[in-house]
Parts: sequence; structure tokens; C-alpha cells
Amino acid sequence: MAKHHVTTTINGEPVEFLCSTRQTLLDVLRDELNLTGSKEGCASGDCGACSVVLDGRLVCSCLVLGAEAEGKTVETIEGMAQGDSLHPLQQNFLEDAALQCGICTPGFLVAAKALLERNPDPTETEVRYWLAGNLCRCTGYDKIIRAVMRTADEVRGEAS
Amino acid sequence: MTGEKTEFKWVGTRAIRPDGHDKVTGRAKFGSDFALPGMLQGRVLRSPHAHARIRSIDTSAAEALPGVKGVITSADFADQSSELAAAGEALVNYRDMVRNVMAREKALYDGHAVAAVAATSAEIAEAALELISVDYEVLDHVIDVDLAMEPGAPILDEELEPAGMEASGPTNIAKRVDFDLGDVEEGFAKAEVVLERSYTTAAVHQGYIEPHAAVASVSEDGQAQIWCCTQGQFMVRAYTARLCGMETSQIRVTPSEIGGGFGGKTVVYLEPLATALSRKTGRPVKMIMSREEVFRASGPTSAGSMTYRIGATRDGVITAFEGTIRLEAGAFPGSPVQPACMCAVAPYDIKNVRLTGYDVVVNRPKVAAYRAPGAPISAFGAESIIDELAKELGFDPLQLRLKNAAKQGTKAAYGPTFRRIGFEETVEEAVASEHYSAPLGPNQGRGVASGFWFNIGGESAATVNITEDGTAVVVSGNPDIGGSRASLALMAAEELGIDYSKVRPIVGDTSSVGYNFLTGGSRVTFATGLAVVEAARDAVRQLCERAAKIWEVESDGVIWRDGHAVPASSNVGDFEPLSLADIAGQSPKTGGPICGHNAQNVQGAGPGFATHICDVEVDPETGRVTILRYTAVQDVGRAIHPSYVEGQIQGGAVQGIGWALNEEYIYNERGQLENPGFLDYRIPVASDLPMIETVVVEVPNDRHPYGVRGVGEVPIVPPMAAVANAIENATGVRMEHLPMSPPRLLAALDAARLPEAAE
Amino acid sequence: MQSVQFEAPGTVEQAVALLAGATGDARVLAGGTDLLVQLRSHLVDPALVVDIKHIEETRTLVRNADGSYTIGSAVAGAEAHENAQFVADWPGVMEAWDLIGSTQIQGRASLGGNLCNASPAADSVPAMIVAGMTANIAGPGGRRSVPVGEVPVAPGRTSLANGEFVVSFTLPARPAGGGDAYLRLIPRTEMDIAVVGCGVALVLDGGGTVTSARVSLGAVAPTVLLVEDAARAIIGTTLDDDALAALDAACQAACSPINDKRGTIVYRTQVAGVLARRAARIAAERAGSR
Repeated sequence: MAKHHVTTTINGEPVEFLCSTRQTLLDVLRDELNLTGSKEGCASGDCGACSVVLDGRLVCSCLVLGAEAEGKTVETIEGMAQGDSLHPLQQNFLEDAALQCGICTPGFLVAAKALLERNPDPTETEVRYWLAGNLCRCTGYDKIIRAVMRTADEVRGEAS
Repeated sequence: MTGEKTEFKWVGTRAIRPDGHDKVTGRAKFGSDFALPGMLQGRVLRSPHAHARIRSIDTSAAEALPGVKGVITSADFADQSSELAAAGEALVNYRDMVRNVMAREKALYDGHAVAAVAATSAEIAEAALELISVDYEVLDHVIDVDLAMEPGAPILDEELEPAGMEASGPTNIAKRVDFDLGDVEEGFAKAEVVLERSYTTAAVHQGYIEPHAAVASVSEDGQAQIWCCTQGQFMVRAYTARLCGMETSQIRVTPSEIGGGFGGKTVVYLEPLATALSRKTGRPVKMIMSREEVFRASGPTSAGSMTYRIGATRDGVITAFEGTIRLEAGAFPGSPVQPACMCAVAPYDIKNVRLTGYDVVVNRPKVAAYRAPGAPISAFGAESIIDELAKELGFDPLQLRLKNAAKQGTKAAYGPTFRRIGFEETVEEAVASEHYSAPLGPNQGRGVASGFWFNIGGESAATVNITEDGTAVVVSGNPDIGGSRASLALMAAEELGIDYSKVRPIVGDTSSVGYNFLTGGSRVTFATGLAVVEAARDAVRQLCERAAKIWEVESDGVIWRDGHAVPASSNVGDFEPLSLADIAGQSPKTGGPICGHNAQNVQGAGPGFATHICDVEVDPETGRVTILRYTAVQDVGRAIHPSYVEGQIQGGAVQGIGWALNEEYIYNERGQLENPGFLDYRIPVASDLPMIETVVVEVPNDRHPYGVRGVGEVPIVPPMAAVANAIENATGVRMEHLPMSPPRLLAALDAARLPEAAE
Repeated sequence: MQSVQFEAPGTVEQAVALLAGATGDARVLAGGTDLLVQLRSHLVDPALVVDIKHIEETRTLVRNADGSYTIGSAVAGAEAHENAQFVADWPGVMEAWDLIGSTQIQGRASLGGNLCNASPAADSVPAMIVAGMTANIAGPGGRRSVPVGEVPVAPGRTSLANGEFVVSFTLPARPAGGGDAYLRLIPRTEMDIAVVGCGVALVLDGGGTVTSARVSLGAVAPTVLLVEDAARAIIGTTLDDDALAALDAACQAACSPINDKRGTIVYRTQVAGVLARRAARIAAERAGSR
């Protein structure tokens, strides 16, 4: 059958694409739009490597149909740095060695950004539960949690 | 070799990794991120049976489907003779390998590849798989290692001839290994306390987040290019060349960024299939495993079963240790039973040791290396029985370890006599830690365990190219799985005396750098690091020669200091120091490009030791275990990049915690894997864990210029016993089987409570 | 594997017409966190997918004048969590909903989907049952409302007729002195399917005596159970040790679970009793704090 013509906004830019019903938003981002920063680790919503923000909500893009993106806004890892300056989370992930292999990193960054935008002063427990849907097999999570907590401290420090 | 320098400018700093920005912005290209124009999508048909003879395969309907460009089966691969080749810490056999990538006579596990399709889209390729008809004769299967060794068990390979022992008929035992030190009978005769226990561990998967992926493109002249996520591009080249009947030089393999491996990407699965499909179709072919395929068809590590006997005198001297370790190899021989035996009690100075290991084939995916292959399995039992021994003797468990600790001069049961090692230091640091004496609450317990990994060296080649503007490009050949480019660049900057930011390390493809053995065995920072240091020194030697030419003095009159050529003494003359950039800029006039090079088979890996402390709380009504606190102490030789050293330790500890508590392969009665996904294969999530405290001990390896020991593997060895010992401390119940999941632990707690209730 | 028609109607009537008129298997898409997994793994092969999220009624959570709530079947957990009054009134329903998957899943997962996926281990269902929720269903024959417990009839099967779908739920006003709680047992702390789940809703009088109660168990039978014996065991008590022991025993007696990759018969049965005791205490604390 005919493909769906979808009009959407991705990282602030208007984007149109064609997709079949079976294609997920992740498939579309990666295969149709060459936005390969979102990763497929499981295709079942269990690893969080494909995390994006859809109309302000953190979701797994593998659990959204491409066709559902019609009229919506999508934010991906590719939109996180502004111009040539990294988001504070990106900078702190680098400084704190919060990544080893790096495959889970885009998903963690997108998810952590969504957390800090809602809760600028999370406890360690809140960070750990918010990020429980993002699997990392390399770091044991320690340095990731620390980098998120430090970023929260810094951002609050600047705001006050 | 060490002791040349103890003060460093770059080594030991927490520099930002060279590949970091690409990885936090989504720009980094991993295995499945690569695409070529005109590329086809490949998919694999997999056996639904654990054990079945393949009578015939009919691919005609699939080939007729519009959009399908090619179908392959085992008929597309020539058979191979039985021949061993190195793969990580294990050896592989090409006869087995060609059967593992594509089943021939038999499908030997649920998920075993039986055919592959290349089509113009993934949807068409998947539809084509449904059109392939395979005539199977389903056979009885066996998955459990102990059952597979019993007489009358279903036999996987009628022609299997075990190594190291006699067999009286068909068997699943592929190999027996023996290690003997001293006289165990005499040792047990001296013992005043003897314990005998049995332990089992479940098969677990490496659980890397990135599924296997490969793109292959074979051109009409037979030249092939492969882009894939792998721990060893040279391994992929060698294996693919052999299986596809090509010459090694005709295949160029470019490793992508790699999304975790832990040993699981030290073998080939998709690469030979994609290459064969590309050759058949004349188009580039991309293949990606689904998560389900990763679990069903890529290598987990062995399940294990072991029986140990330990003897000691009342004053705490372990006089004898005897053990039998049985490990599942999966469908083809090659479990890590040898390293399991080597590592079991290596932290201890025991005069009388006998260890026997069996490598056993079963109807599971062929095992692949997993972080210190074999050692976590054998150490789970060994560190558990030592804990029981400490209790029996009235010893603090760390003091008993200290009393029997291996040290410089100790002869290990597996052969070598240790040079300077840091095991005692790890135990002493654990004893001294605030954690070890912190109070515990109700239902809480503390456990300790130690671990050992020998670490490896191996072939490494590296080039340090000095650029025209006085910066440096370091080319080496090991996929960077956890920050090795950073550590290599730090050592190169230290040697060259230039800023770390002026050193650009890259991972070369197989045609742009000399052979490097794969990333594994905790070898890269040690062995490839050594090659990089030597290559940098080669470049420095050339830089000094060029300075001598410029100054018109003898070349031995120039030395290298802080990134500059300076006269060796005032006798040489009075010259202003020449910077690396000064010399590089004049290189066309002084002899041309400056390229430092080194290639060697690196020896002298320094053994690594660790001691971990774990606090748990057990819910006595549900059997759920919460990890409250965790400290890992490890001798790393020298931490080149402390953050990534800590990261390796933390990550290894957490993988071990997962192995201890919840990870396992679960099969149904037909031998099909029931939990091939992250939902039911339960790796630890962020909310399961506390921070993992690390204590880095630095007892330099005297065979490396910076004292480096391998780091990545030791930390997964102690956790399972540390958790088990903590559970015992909390509840009085000794868990002898992994995983210690809530249903298992509650059953054990109930069994222990029954006698009380009866009183 | 066939090609799939995708529709996103704006009204209940259009959705019903599409579902009723489908020539093959038709699937309702709410949050999609189960449906997309089933699509990808070829567990379902629908001819039509109807996204109901463009229908206003499925997307709103409102507190009615009488204190009851109307909850759109496609409202996501994360959206509900932002309604402080709802969270305060029905903490058990909210915590059960919260437990469906990760933060990312919470961005999508709905009560309608969790119910109609008809898994006996669905976290929200025991909590919805004890809260006395009803499902408001639209179909070719018009509208009807049924207790949520009557929607799932077997693993993966519902009582919905061809063309019907759940539009919204009605959650009664929280009774005076009422409290609810949901607990589940999973091996990890997140990301698992319940090995056992237990919802308790009860009402206390001023003296702390339980005047009414409902107890529900998940993952211990082919469908979520409402255990009336368990409720009887605590009604008229102050949740003293004897009452809790009777509750535990009644829950264990109601279990008919299976051995599977997530748990054993023995384990599930035993833990059902443990969770019931703990959930009852939490529900009572919440009731007492009002």
C-alpha cells in the first residue's frame, strides 16, 4: 500500500518523510533521515538507546510508529548541542568519563536532559530510577549518575 | 624496564577521550550506522530446534520472491579441515567455525543459522525467510553440562575425539585438562580441616547493548571491504578469508566504533555471510542481528559445574586444594575450562593443588569469550569454599586470604612463578577500608572475595606519524572498547613531550596498520601501549637525528627533553632547543617524513588481582537481595587514565553482580531459549545499584615502561562469591548455585527455616 | 506478513466504524508499548492499526464534580502523574500505573493498553480492580460500561466484541477513610514484568477498623483475581497479626499460578501472601492519614 506522508518537526527543523506503517520512528530517524545518533539496542523498549523527546515526553522511538509523528515535535541527540557548544550534560559526560563504549550514551543524555528540565534538583535515587530504562553494560552506572548529579548542581548554581 | 620515570605530565591524568565528542553528539558511527549506495539487507533463517539433522533445504520459493537477490546456505561455503586458530584467550577450529556460521549436517542449537537472504529491503528479506523450507529430523538434545557427560546422553558429534583422555565410545567431552602442583594427598594428610562442596553457575551473556552488524562489499575483481563492529578487524579478515576462500590481502576490514563486546565480538557470525551474499549478488550487503538473535545465536559464556575439596591446618594454612571443573562449550568444543582451572586458586600460595577440567559440548550457542573467560565461574566456587573455611577456622575471611596470599616467588599451580604482584596489597587495602568495618543492620550481611586474571600480551603494531606542523597521529589496530585511544594518546604525549591535544590516535583498518591481535585479554593498554611507546621512541630517535643534521653534529650528541631536541652536553655545542614542530617543519630538507614504527609479539603481561567487599540486605520473606554497598580494590600496575581504569572496575563488578543475582539462560523442554531479550534476561539497571567504590592499587608491572597491568577482566572475577558470601553472612544460608534469584534464595531460606519450625 | 493500514481518526464514531469494518485483524493503538513489540516480533499481523490518540475523550483525565475521575484510555502514565489531586486520591492506582516500565514507557503507556493487552501480570489491573473502576466501551452497538475485571478473559484475550474499544475509565470518588496500595515482586528494581502483583483498597472507620476491602492478585492465575476471601479476612479487623495471617492464607489459597521463566508455583503463591500483608498495611496507613 501507499506510504504515509508525514510532516513533523525534528530538532526545530520542519521535516517531511515517507514511511510504511510498520516503520517505527527509530527506523525513520535512522534509515530515512540518516539521524543515526539514536541507537537500536533491543527494538522492544527495554534498553533506552533510542530515547527521544516526542512533544515534550521522553519516549523510546522504537515504540512509536513513524506515522504517529505527524504534526509532532521530535528532539534527538543530534539536536542537543547548540552550534559548536555542547550541552552541560554532554560536557560533563566527557569530563567525568561517563561513557565507555558510547552506544548507550545518546539515550542517557536525552533521558537525563529530560529529567533535569523537570527536576533540577534530583536525589541520587531519583536519577537512578529515572534512568532505569537506559541500560549500560560498561560503566556500572556510577560515573553516569555522578555526571548527571554534578550537572544538576552546576545548572542550579548558574540559575541562582 | 620500569622506574625510568615516576613523575609524569600526561600519564595518570583524566584527559578527555579523543573519541568523546563524537560519542556525546551522536556523530560516532557504530556497526549498524554504516550504509552504502545500492546496499541490500541481509537476514538469517535460524533453527527453531535445539538439535536436528538437516535433511534438505529448499530455497527456490524465497529466490523467486521479487526483491530477493540471493540466498545462501552451507552449500555456499567449502568445508574446512580440523585446524586450530587463536581467538581471544581460546582456540577455534575452522571445521567447527564454518559449521557455526552456517549449519551443515545438523542444527546444534536453537538459533543456529541455516540460511541467509539478501533482498532490496529488510521487510522483503524477512518475508523470504518464511519461504525457505527446511526438512529437519528433530533429535534429542542436551543442554546441562552434567547431563551431557552422563552415559547415554544425546551425542552432538559422533566423530568427536576427546583431547587429553581416552574415550570408550561417542562422547560430548571434547577435552580434559590437568594441572598438578606438589602432592595433594600429602597436603590433605597434613590438613586438620577438610571441606568438600559442589557449585554450579548458569550460562550468561556478555549483554553488550550494540547488536552485531556488518556491511560487506565484494567487487567484480574479488576485492572485498567489510565494515563491522568487532573486537578484532584482523580476526574478521583472517576468518572471513578462510571461510570464503579468499586471500587475506584481498579483504580490507574497517572496524566501526564498537558498542560493547566483553569478549563476545572476538568471533565472526555475520561477516562471512554478508561477504558470501555480496559476492553472490554483486551488491553491498548489510546485516544486523536483532536483540533476540544476539541472545539465541551469539556466544554466551559457559554454564559450569564444579566440585572442590580444600584442606587446612587449624592455624589457617591451606595445605591442599583439589577440584574438578566442568564447563559447557556450547555446540562446538572450546569452553574456557583451561583459564578457569588456571585462575581458580591463583591468588593463593598453596603447595599442593590438583585441578581437572572438562570441556563439554551441549546444545547451546557456541560460547564466546566473556571478560576473564572461565575465571569468574571457577572463582565463585573457590572463593565460596574459602569463605566457609574461614568460618570453620574462626578466621576473618580477609585475614585467611592474607595468610595464604600469593606473592613474589610463589609458584602458581598453572606453572609460572610470580614476579612482583600486588595481591596482598589489595587485601590490606580492603582490611583498612572504612567499608570493611562499617556497621550493618538487620537482614544485612557483608561478603568479601578475591580474584585473579593472568592478562595477556600478543601481537601489536603501531605507527606514530609526525605531521608537518609538529603534531602526531598514532595509528594502532585495536578497536577501542572502553577508552584505549585515550590511554595510548597519553603515553604517546608523554614520550613525545607534546601536549595531549596534539596527539590524534586512530584505530586503523587492516590495510593501514600492521597486524594487531584482537582487543581482549586486557591487552590493549599494556601490549599495544608498549608498541605505541616504542613507536614514539622510534620517532624521537628520528627527531634527534634530524636535529643533529640541522646542527651538523653527531646524532648521539642530541637528546630529547620536554618535547625538544637539546644538545646532550655543552661539549656538543651551544644550540637553542628545537621543538618537535621546528624539526617537523624542516623534515623535507632533512630526510623526509618522520614515522615512528614498532611491531612485536609482546610478552610480560602482569598478573592482576582484586579483592571486593559487598554489603547486601536480604528480604527474608521474598528472597530479594539488595546490594547496599560495594567496594572494589584492584592492583592495576599503573593507571594511565584513572577514570577509565575506575570505569573498567565498576563495570566489571556490576556485570558480576548481575551474574550473581539474576542473569541466566532459561530453556524450555524443547531446548528453545525462553528469555532472548533484555526484559527477561535481567542485566542490572541503574536503580539496582549503589555507587561502586574503587580503590586503585599501583604495584607496577616491571615488564612495561609505565608499569601497566591489564585492568578490564579481573573485576568480574570476585563479585559472585562476594555476593554469595554476603548473603551467607546476612542469613546463614550458603548459596551454591547461580543465579541467586529470589525464588532460589527464598527456597533455600525456607529449607533452612524448616528445622527451626519443627523444633 | 502483510502491509498494514494505519488510521488516526478524530472521533469515537470514526474509530468504531474503522474497527468494525476491518477485513482482517484490527488493532487499537494507544501508547503502543505492547503493540509495537508484538508487531516487530510478528506475534500479531494486523491488517489495520487504529491510533485512538486523536480522539479527545481518550486523552483527558478529569476530576468530576462528585470526586470521581474519568480517565481517557490513552492517557499516558507520565501525564497522570502530573495531576497532583489524582495522585493524592488514588496513590495505589498511580503507583501501579507508574510501575509499567521505564520513564520512557511511562511517556506512552496507558491504562487502556495495559488492560486490553490482557496479561495476567499487568501491573495496573489489580489496582484498577480494587479501586472499583469501570471501563467505558464504545462499539457498533453503542456505549456500555463494565467493571475492568470483566475485560480480560484469558491471557491475550478480552471480552470486547468486534469493533469495540475502551474509550475511558470511571474511577469512583475516594471514599472517606479509604486508602489503596499496589505492590509487586520483581527480581530487579525496575524494567521487569511482575512475578506477583497485589492491589488492596480498604476503608477504615475512625477507630481503625476495616469496614470494607478489596484485594486483587496479578500473575497467579490466567487472569487477574479479585479475592473475596482475602477481603473477608480483614473486614472487621484492625489488621492485627491474626487478620494479616488470615489475609496471607486466603491469598495463597486463591493462587493457581504456573512455573515459568519469571517464577515458580511455590514462589508465586508464597509471595502473594507476603505482598497482600504489606499492601494492606500501606493502604491502611494511607487511609488513616486522611
